[in-house]
Amino acid sequence: MGILEINNVNKRFGGLQALGDVNLSVEEGTVHAIIGPNGAGKSTLLNCLIGKLLPDTGTVTFEGRSILGLKPHQINQLGISRVFQTPEIFSTLSVFENVMIACFAKRDGSFQLNPLTSIRGERDIHDKVEQMLLDVNMADKRNAIAASMSRGDKRRLEMAMCLVQDPKLLLLDEPTAGMARADTNNTIELLKEIEEKRGITMVIIEHDMHVVFSLANKITVLAQGTPIVEDVPSKIKGNLKVQEAYLGGAHE
Amino acid sequence: MFGLDKADTRTFLFVIAITLLAPFILNPFPTDSALAQFNGGYPDLMQRFMIFGIFAVGFNILFGLTGYLSFGHAAFLGVGSYAAVWMFKLLSFNIIPAIALSILVTGLFSLAIGYICLRRSGIYFSILTLAFAQMSFAMAYSVLSNPSFNLTNGETGLQVYASDPQYLKGSGPDITHLFGLEMNATKTLEVGAWAFQFNTGFYVCAFFMIVAFYIAMRIFRSPFGLMLRAIKTNQTRLNYTGLNSRPYTLAAFVISGMYAGLAGGLLAAMDPLAGAERMQWTASGEVVLMTILGGAGTLIGPLLGAGFIKYFENIFSKINDNVLHTWFSLMPESIENFLVTIIHPFVGKGWHLTLGLMFMLIVIFLPGGLVDGGTRIWNKITGRNRTSPDVVASPKPAE
Ligand SMILES: Nc1ncnc2c1ncn2[C@@H]1O[C@H](COP(=O)(O)OP(=O)(O)O)[C@@H](O)[C@H]1O
Ligand SMILES: [Mg+2]
Repeated sequence: MGILEINNVNKRFGGLQALGDVNLSVEEGTVHAIIGPNGAGKSTLLNCLIGKLLPDTGTVTFEGRSILGLKPHQINQLGISRVFQTPEIFSTLSVFENVMIACFAKRDGSFQLNPLTSIRGERDIHDKVEQMLLDVNMADKRNAIAASMSRGDKRRLEMAMCLVQDPKLLLLDEPTAGMARADTNNTIELLKEIEEKRGITMVIIEHDMHVVFSLANKITVLAQGTPIVEDVPSKIKGNLKVQEAYLGGAHE
Repeated sequence: MFGLDKADTRTFLFVIAITLLAPFILNPFPTDSALAQFNGGYPDLMQRFMIFGIFAVGFNILFGLTGYLSFGHAAFLGVGSYAAVWMFKLLSFNIIPAIALSILVTGLFSLAIGYICLRRSGIYFSILTLAFAQMSFAMAYSVLSNPSFNLTNGETGLQVYASDPQYLKGSGPDITHLFGLEMNATKTLEVGAWAFQFNTGFYVCAFFMIVAFYIAMRIFRSPFGLMLRAIKTNQTRLNYTGLNSRPYTLAAFVISGMYAGLAGGLLAAMDPLAGAERMQWTASGEVVLMTILGGAGTLIGPLLGAGFIKYFENIFSKINDNVLHTWFSLMPESIENFLVTIIHPFVGKGWHLTLGLMFMLIVIFLPGGLVDGGTRIWNKITGRNRTSPDVVASPKPAE
């Protein structure tokens, strides 16, 4: 059984069937890619995993326990972090503070009443954040206000915020969308390194086939809310159904 | 020092110095000069500077730091005052039990109100707090004042009567005091044409203000304060990062409620009276103005804003036509009358007009409030380019 099990998940928005009978099993330690045309329901699926949306029917279990109905912060505390399609960061705070918040959340849990402790005294947290910023090549931007950075940097920051929590499962929603080629390659390198060094299980949604084929151990193709194919990358490449799904849907 | 970094220690010492020297600083004009009108260094006003400073500093933790705009904080001010006066009625005129109860009762009261209001955010939160405060006002004004159960003494206001039990009074003083030190005791120091007043009540208020300011500073620099700022910026991200925003906002609400309670308790400690009008929505609006005027989210902004507004309220409102005529008496009669006519609407009862205009100017040209203005001037003078000294700087590792 996989670390993440999705069984018969359905989700409707009014008359639109966004997810139809989704079954998916993510093996621990693998990188599982989900591809599919725009509007296929990929982001919706992730939303069902992090407590943003509740599926109409079906079950989602993480490490054997159901996570349906849990609050977003509870799901994160179980070890699931997500990078959003449009970066969600603390835009008025500095890069350093952004990562630090994630670090505190991991160490202290979802609430800590410590109004009189000083941030300056938290050496461990500072060291950890500093190291994380080095790992993602952002050490020089530690004092930059998050809002002032490029889209690529914001995304990298968001990734750092997720990684510093050492999640058991990392969900990435189009992590390279809007990035320049060089940035995309850096991201691939970074994710590869994470995979090799830390063995974090990842679910990655991606449009860029170069990214998908460089990283994924397994690929699921989603079309109109339903998985149509699931296989290893080498087999996916020549699959007819995949080509149909892409040719039929709007390709970015 | 005090667990603060260098810059913060400097700010803190600065606030202490200004506070302790206030009787001098606020009395720059000789007693007999025409400008003595503008002296603010008399006990009653100086006490108000401190008390409303506390109120605004606490309000800033909720509004400036967390981004929740409460329109009902005067309710806590009022509850704090009522609690204190009850202690005077039941125990004695010692202010310590009174202030302790003020903080405790407002803590519980704000816990209940915050629990309900924080189910919503943005404008809906503001409206809910406003509704609660107006309900509290109505309750204090009429509902909780009837012959069988008189908690607030309605229109007249709650006060201490000779027939009250005052179980612990013994032979203690008949006015509010701190273990015998009477609040209205004032020593006057005459230096040449100046007269400086040192009032016990003011220094008691100053002590509480400094402690309150210190705690606010520590909150600003704590992980807890960082989470509050994160809530203001992006609550969604905070939740997906594993943090539960609800207890954080509730804690911020209760802390700021307790600050308001302390302020209310001190108001009663300086003058053992509590009336419902203290809870009116205009009073709630005033603390919003103070915070924005001084600089929301900054450390000393709320103190400046509180001082600014209280100064205007007390000084400008006292300037009447007679005073204006004496100022311009050297001019020809027609010019004198003309000037008085022009200025008349802006002073005396019209002080709100002046304040309103200044508020508009500041919000339009200095969105960061007086602190923002101060920083810009400072940058001009020193030629440096730094942001407000007390907006939270990026954390550096401990030395
Ligand atoms: N909150 C929502 N309310 C209504 N419709 C939605 C919502 N979220 C997504 N949808 C619709 O569901 C479909 C799948 O969207 P999404 O999961 O974002 O696709 P993608 O695969 O491009 O990430 C789209 O047609 C989208 O318009
Ligand atoms: Mg999407």
